[in-house]
Amino acid sequence: MRNTVKIIIFVIFFFVISVFYISLNRETNYNTSSLINKEVPQFKIAYFDKNGSFTKQDLINNNYTLINFWASWCGPCRVEHPVLMKLSAENNLDILGVNFKDKKELARKFLKDLGNPYNFLLKDFEGKQSVIFGIYGIPESIIINNENTIIKKFVGPLSIDDYKEIKEIIK
Amino acid sequence: MKLKIFLVFFMFYTQSLFGIEKIIDPNTIHKNLRCLVCQGQSISDSNSDFAQTIKLVVKDLINEGKTEDEIYSFMSDKYGEWIVFKPQLNAQNSLLWILPYIALIFGGFFIFTLVKKRQ
Amino acid sequence: MLSNLGNSILFISVLVSISIIYLSNKNLKTSNNLIIKNIYQLSLIQSTLIIFCFFTLIAAFIVSDFSLVTVYQNSHSMKPVFYKIAGTWGNHEGSLLLWVIILTIFSFLFLIYNKDHPKKFRLITLIIQNILILGFLFFILFNSNPFSSLSPIPSEGLGLNPILQDPALAIHPPLLYIGFVGSSIYFSAAIASLIVNYSEKSFSFSIKNWVLISWCFQTLGILVGSVWAYYELGWGGFWFWDPVENASLLPWFAMTALLHSIIVFEKRNLFYFWVIILCLITFILSVTGTFLVRSGILNSVHTFASDPTRGVYILLFLSLMIFSSIYLLFKKYKKENYSLNQNSKETFILINNWFMMFYLITVLLGTIYPIFTDALTDNKISVGPPFYNAIIFPIVVIFLIFMAVGPRVKWIKNRFEDIKVYSFILAGSIILNVLILVFIKSYSILSNFIIISALFLIISSLKDGVSALQKNRFDLARIISHASFGFLVLFIGLNHIFSIEKDYNIKVGETKNFENYSIKLEKLDLKDFPNYKAVIGTLEINNNFSNEKNILKPEIRIYDNPKTLTYEASIKTNLLKDYYLTMSNIDRSDYYNIKFQKKPLMIWIWISVVMIVTGGFLRLFKNAKYS
Repeated sequence: MRNTVKIIIFVIFFFVISVFYISLNRETNYNTSSLINKEVPQFKIAYFDKNGSFTKQDLINNNYTLINFWASWCGPCRVEHPVLMKLSAENNLDILGVNFKDKKELARKFLKDLGNPYNFLLKDFEGKQSVIFGIYGIPESIIINNENTIIKKFVGPLSIDDYKEIKEIIK
Repeated sequence: MKLKIFLVFFMFYTQSLFGIEKIIDPNTIHKNLRCLVCQGQSISDSNSDFAQTIKLVVKDLINEGKTEDEIYSFMSDKYGEWIVFKPQLNAQNSLLWILPYIALIFGGFFIFTLVKKRQ
Repeated sequence: MLSNLGNSILFISVLVSISIIYLSNKNLKTSNNLIIKNIYQLSLIQSTLIIFCFFTLIAAFIVSDFSLVTVYQNSHSMKPVFYKIAGTWGNHEGSLLLWVIILTIFSFLFLIYNKDHPKKFRLITLIIQNILILGFLFFILFNSNPFSSLSPIPSEGLGLNPILQDPALAIHPPLLYIGFVGSSIYFSAAIASLIVNYSEKSFSFSIKNWVLISWCFQTLGILVGSVWAYYELGWGGFWFWDPVENASLLPWFAMTALLHSIIVFEKRNLFYFWVIILCLITFILSVTGTFLVRSGILNSVHTFASDPTRGVYILLFLSLMIFSSIYLLFKKYKKENYSLNQNSKETFILINNWFMMFYLITVLLGTIYPIFTDALTDNKISVGPPFYNAIIFPIVVIFLIFMAVGPRVKWIKNRFEDIKVYSFILAGSIILNVLILVFIKSYSILSNFIIISALFLIISSLKDGVSALQKNRFDLARIISHASFGFLVLFIGLNHIFSIEKDYNIKVGETKNFENYSIKLEKLDLKDFPNYKAVIGTLEINNNFSNEKNILKPEIRIYDNPKTLTYEASIKTNLLKDYYLTMSNIDRSDYYNIKFQKKPLMIWIWISVVMIVTGGFLRLFKNAKYS
């Protein structure tokens, strides 16, 4: 009896210590990954320039889609813009831009100055639509495959490495 | 007479106990959601862009008639379990919810045997 | 220069510790029953050296010697002198020095105040304590050296986090450290007692005052911390079940359990091993807390710049401590024969310990569970206030009832004669509760139970006070602490039930109305201060019911070094309630977000805790007088 207690206590002790040790070297930053590998949720976001909205059903089925949340007031969005411009040259990728909590004139000016990479431009001035996609800070981008499944999420500005990765995915 | 007074008192008491209206207070929900971009703060404590957005969405969800628990599970679908401060009662969290009570029962049992031994 | 001085002192301290261990070991073998003078002297030198070392670091902060990494990272030449000094222990490295100061001072005091205990026990306690001291000195020297130098020397420092620039920084960490680092001395004593088989009743006399001291300071430390969080962090709460707060609460539960069970050990010579286990886990939990906080393993509001190598070191230290404790316990454990009557003080104190362990396990589990889910299933979860409230509060109700009845029960065997009295008290509590319910506002069933049980405890304690006064056998300390604990729960309950919280986006000149209040943002002023700029809002809060007007001025502060925005709450306190207002800017808009809270009886929550501690200090003075 006493030996069993002894063994149990030591096993718990080593278990706890090793879990602590493992956790020490883990990334503590949080990444929302709960939507990955799931189907795109239903959504309905208003067009930026015209009446009507873009919905899930408007996603073109045989193409990849990159949904990019951006705003003119966001510094890192300027940083990732050249990458988006490069991506816009890809044929089998549609880029869906969602203008987030912005002002229309400023957003227009931003695109006029830096170029418009978006196949579709939508607006989300209250920011509510971002929650549907689990966005918590911008810029954030989501890539969706031809079966309407979310494959990957990019938090923060897209880098050249991300560019290469996206090219690899859509190949 | 005494009984009557007691009964009236009792009815009055239970009525005021159970008569509380069940309205959803957005503030309670905000307090139970983590602001993902802040250091350990809740949505209610933060005024970041993210917190403001979530507040708007919570308001919409309440207006749609969602219950508190439905709102929490909506949020954790989108952002992962990390966003809710109240861990869900599922297989993974079962130990968390049950162990304290097991400890309580075990401790009580232990004291009981100590006292009993003497008799 | 200061860097060399500091490093040399640290190095000499290591040598002194080693000599103490060596001399004590040698002294153990002599048959003489006295401890040689050299050990006393060395122990005194040791604490003096560390204090001197700490002053060296303070000096470096005062003169802004940026050749030291710690000073460079945590100070700025433009900072007020007060915060330069307090900033010394506002960072990881400096606070470790404070750790060692307390370790050494307690080591010395324990040595000189326990002359009537066996020499072997005292010497081994000293050896164990010095091993702990050495462990921390090595940690400081090789991993977290406050005297590491930097070259080239930067011309300006990075500054202290503005949230820490508060008078509370000067007292909160030292209080808390005296509390949980102080528990090291009864850890060492417990280990020594196991080694030399010193398990007589008199062992309790060697540690009980240290337990009391650490408990009092721990409680005060937690209090100051939560007052600070209340006015500084701007959410209007005083306890958030944040991992760092939990880390300070865990040793507190263990101390409180120890504080009670040691009475049984002292009076009845029972529960020796249980007392030892509590001594051990108190300090182990303190170090665990330090590990959780400093390694950055948990996400918390209280940030210490984290660094995994630190974590590895503390974890190693912690494992050694736990391992040797468990090993020794198993080796020395002997079955004790208990004869407890179900209706005796012993049993009730055991019940206190039972509940303390329940709280401890709940809080510990809630704090570390996310680490486990993350490491094992790659799934991060949050365990926050709803979990703790749901598990802990229902049990508090039962706990309070036991707490009221327990102290009146006699040692060994009691005959219950008081059932009638308790029924009256219970009836009285229920009636009072109903009066509150009817005349002010209705609340949930659980809250009802909590209020009733708190009132029950308060009334019984006060009644004990009155009857003890008549018999002139007066345990004032216990009565004050217990009654105040009842008041604490009562005020927390009422505060929770009756607080109002409103959240608005408002522009200058706008007025918002709710319940019987109206609130108006009258104007915004921009002001310059030496190390920050502030936007000060002037808001008028009008209670239309009583026509009471209050002006509150919350601030948004923009600090330069480091560049940070902080939100300062404006609080109007009076005996009945606090008005609490914070204001924050909304990006890209001319609206401001204001959060108004009415927090009833806030000040009484603080006072209750102060009274609980007062009971502790009273007991301490009484002990000191009679020994």
